[in-house]
Amino acid sequence: MTRPVHPSPAVLAIRGAALVLAVVALAHTLWNGVVEPGHALAFGVLVTVGELARWGALPGEREPAPLGAAGALAYALLGRSGGQDTAHGVLQVVTVVVAAQLLASVPHVARGSGPGADQAARRVLAVAFAALCFQPLHHSGRSERWFGEGPYFALFLLVLLVLTSLCDVVLAAATAGTSRPFGPRLRDELRALSGIGPAVGATGAVMALGVAVVGLWALPVLCVPLLLTQVSFRRYAAVRTTYRQTIASLARSTEIAGYTPHGHARRVADLATAVGRELGLPGPELTVLEYAALMHDIGQLSLVDPVADGATTALPAAEQRRIALLGGAVVRLTGVDPAVAAVVEQQADPYRDQQTSARIVRAVNAYDDLCGEGVKGSLRALEQLRLGTGHDYQPQVVEALARVLARGGLTRAGTG
Amino acid sequence: MRGISGAARAHILCAALCAAVCALPAFSPGAHTPWGTLGLLAALHLICELPGRCRLVGGSVPVGAGSFFPLLLAAAFLLPPSAAVLVAVPGALVGRVERPPAAARRIWRAAQLALTAGAASWTYGFLGGPVTLGGVAGGTLPDFPYALVPVCGTALVFSLVLAALDGAILVTAERVALGRAWRGLVSRSVGPHLVHALAGLMMAVLWRSSYGPLSALVVLLPMYISCWVFAQYHRRHAAHRNTIRALVQAVDIKDGYTRGHSERVGRASELIARELGMEESRMEALRFAGILHDVGKLGVPTRVLRKDGPLTPEERRVIELHPEYGHEIVRGIGFLDEARAAILHHHERLDGSGYPYGLAGDRIPEFARVVAVADAFDAMTSTRSYRPGRPVPAAVEELRRCAGSQFDPRMVRALACALDRHGWSAAANTVTSDEGRTGLPRQRADVRPPASGPADRPGRPR
Repeated sequence: MTRPVHPSPAVLAIRGAALVLAVVALAHTLWNGVVEPGHALAFGVLVTVGELARWGALPGEREPAPLGAAGALAYALLGRSGGQDTAHGVLQVVTVVVAAQLLASVPHVARGSGPGADQAARRVLAVAFAALCFQPLHHSGRSERWFGEGPYFALFLLVLLVLTSLCDVVLAAATAGTSRPFGPRLRDELRALSGIGPAVGATGAVMALGVAVVGLWALPVLCVPLLLTQVSFRRYAAVRTTYRQTIASLARSTEIAGYTPHGHARRVADLATAVGRELGLPGPELTVLEYAALMHDIGQLSLVDPVADGATTALPAAEQRRIALLGGAVVRLTGVDPAVAAVVEQQADPYRDQQTSARIVRAVNAYDDLCGEGVKGSLRALEQLRLGTGHDYQPQVVEALARVLARGGLTRAGTG
Repeated sequence: MRGISGAARAHILCAALCAAVCALPAFSPGAHTPWGTLGLLAALHLICELPGRCRLVGGSVPVGAGSFFPLLLAAAFLLPPSAAVLVAVPGALVGRVERPPAAARRIWRAAQLALTAGAASWTYGFLGGPVTLGGVAGGTLPDFPYALVPVCGTALVFSLVLAALDGAILVTAERVALGRAWRGLVSRSVGPHLVHALAGLMMAVLWRSSYGPLSALVVLLPMYISCWVFAQYHRRHAAHRNTIRALVQAVDIKDGYTRGHSERVGRASELIARELGMEESRMEALRFAGILHDVGKLGVPTRVLRKDGPLTPEERRVIELHPEYGHEIVRGIGFLDEARAAILHHHERLDGSGYPYGLAGDRIPEFARVVAVADAFDAMTSTRSYRPGRPVPAAVEELRRCAGSQFDPRMVRALACALDRHGWSAAANTVTSDEGRTGLPRQRADVRPPASGPADRPGRPR
């Protein structure tokens, strides 16, 4: 999570709102005292423990404290406990969540790595939203009149959770970096929702319902499956990281073998991903594109003597195709998505026979090769590509490349 | 059901009959079987199994086939034994099977899950579980925390029965030795089953409460996602191992000479590590170190690698750079850690006359000392185009002779012990990958290479 140096007004507004809400809630609770302290304590402990699980979170993890989130949501949606109605209000929910977050952040702050202010603000606002939707209806008795205490009530809670997660998505999009317009950021956040989000929401709803039926004993029982989910996600993220590292090492092997210039694979991968974004490719295809771009030169290992500067662009077409096919065969062995191998195999074909990713890899690779020849600068290389748009390179891809280069900024590859 | 041994056939038949007998009481007139609940649960299990069948998502099977246990445990809590037996049957009969014979596997799985669910349900009833669930009908609240006791007992029985049946089929159908069939089955699964049982308990409680079956379904969602992520994890883990192999295959493109060598060195290193009593994670790292030890040959010009005849001093110096190239290639792979040192130092000698740094004695990392012995051992025993391989005892004798000057005597002793115990067959080790080896097709300009095929004849490429 890199925070922009100057937070945008939207970010400042969200942080401010969360702060004001937290202060008001704390003051209100201090003045009036805590209703049902047993429940407040139990949920407070749950959220604190859940937030402490941020320890060892990997950078960029979508929801580093799922248990904390689920516990907070459950408290916001709690209307009964062991068959008795509860009486806590919105402000007490906010108080408990804020207090738990403050408590849980002590060890983090002591270590010098506090949880991001944005994440804390998001959590407070989302929980307040859920509580605001539910608690007034519950206290006025309307929810019971409308939905009863049966299946419709469970459905009502689920709908509330969907609304809350949408609210959270909007907040996340507003606080996520300022370099891109709001629309695409919102789209990215909506896509990212499919991970651990539903598990958190479902656990929140089930905790609220479970406590309503059996009392506070439901909390520890329901924590266990969610903790298991969190562990699975962590392990998955870890193995994904080493996998990327290994792919990158494989890609670097041609550089160490002296077939391609230093950093070529990484440069092509970054530039190709940027062009892919520019052309609006969705997340999974961007990942395929990145891997294919990283490994596009693997086939050159079969050459007995390296081509000068690894610039296969100068070779005869048949030879280029042979190298591409051999590269595809190696890539198939790596166990990555077969689509990656297909892109690598196609990279020497004329653009009309290629899929979009292969077109991008081909154009970007040629661009990097041409730039590397020293005399030619970026503009001359682009000129050369434009001359080849009749047969080799797709004009739209070359124009997208030109636009990306004109902006001068390469955005980092996606995390998919 | 062709291709199955008589014992396995009898075993499957016997299990299916037992399951059928257990289910019979449900159909007797006075049984009061809750068909509604039973039907809903069976349908749910069927739905959970279906994605595995579907070609569309076949690549990303959400859950290991037949492993959706929270649902079965919830059924065991909610239903009497004769009805619980039936819940898993439809799902298991249509579920996905990895290998033929499909019919026999489906029948076996249905019988196995049915018997397990029946046993769990019987245990739960025996421990007095059903009354602790409470429910709208009786107007009682669930009796927590006492409700947890029968649940834990049930999970234990569930684990034991499942493991017993698993082991039995391994013995009869796969001909696994009696002593090995049950090893680790229970200890590995009892923890997960306990978690599944807790989820099943909450599901059963909510099912009985006024909120009804819908709310119970929501309990399943985190478990389902967790299983899905876990399956993804395993797929990615396998993919990662393949990628490591692909690094080695990339070396093979340049130097087909050493095909299979890397894998065998990995195995020999693992043998030594096991003999030295290393812990599991280090053993795996050491295996990777063995597999990757020559990855630096990528950096050596192909002309030098493939040269016939003696090398000039200049060429020898170039080849001796390969440990450093290898270290450079794997530098970015975080988890390798100690293995990187092994790749850098596997040509050091104990007396300090090796390369690249001329380290001596204990200054050579432990992993490197292991890989050096494994490397030399396999180089001596494997057959090269210009000479036959030496027999294993002769190679061990040669290693013993060089122990102290070139190799660490401790590693040599460990290898000799391991070989005495497990033996070494180079032929069996030429096909080493546990996923089945896919050979790299030799290239032809006009033919698209097949995705996979039998491994090429070892030998020198053009």
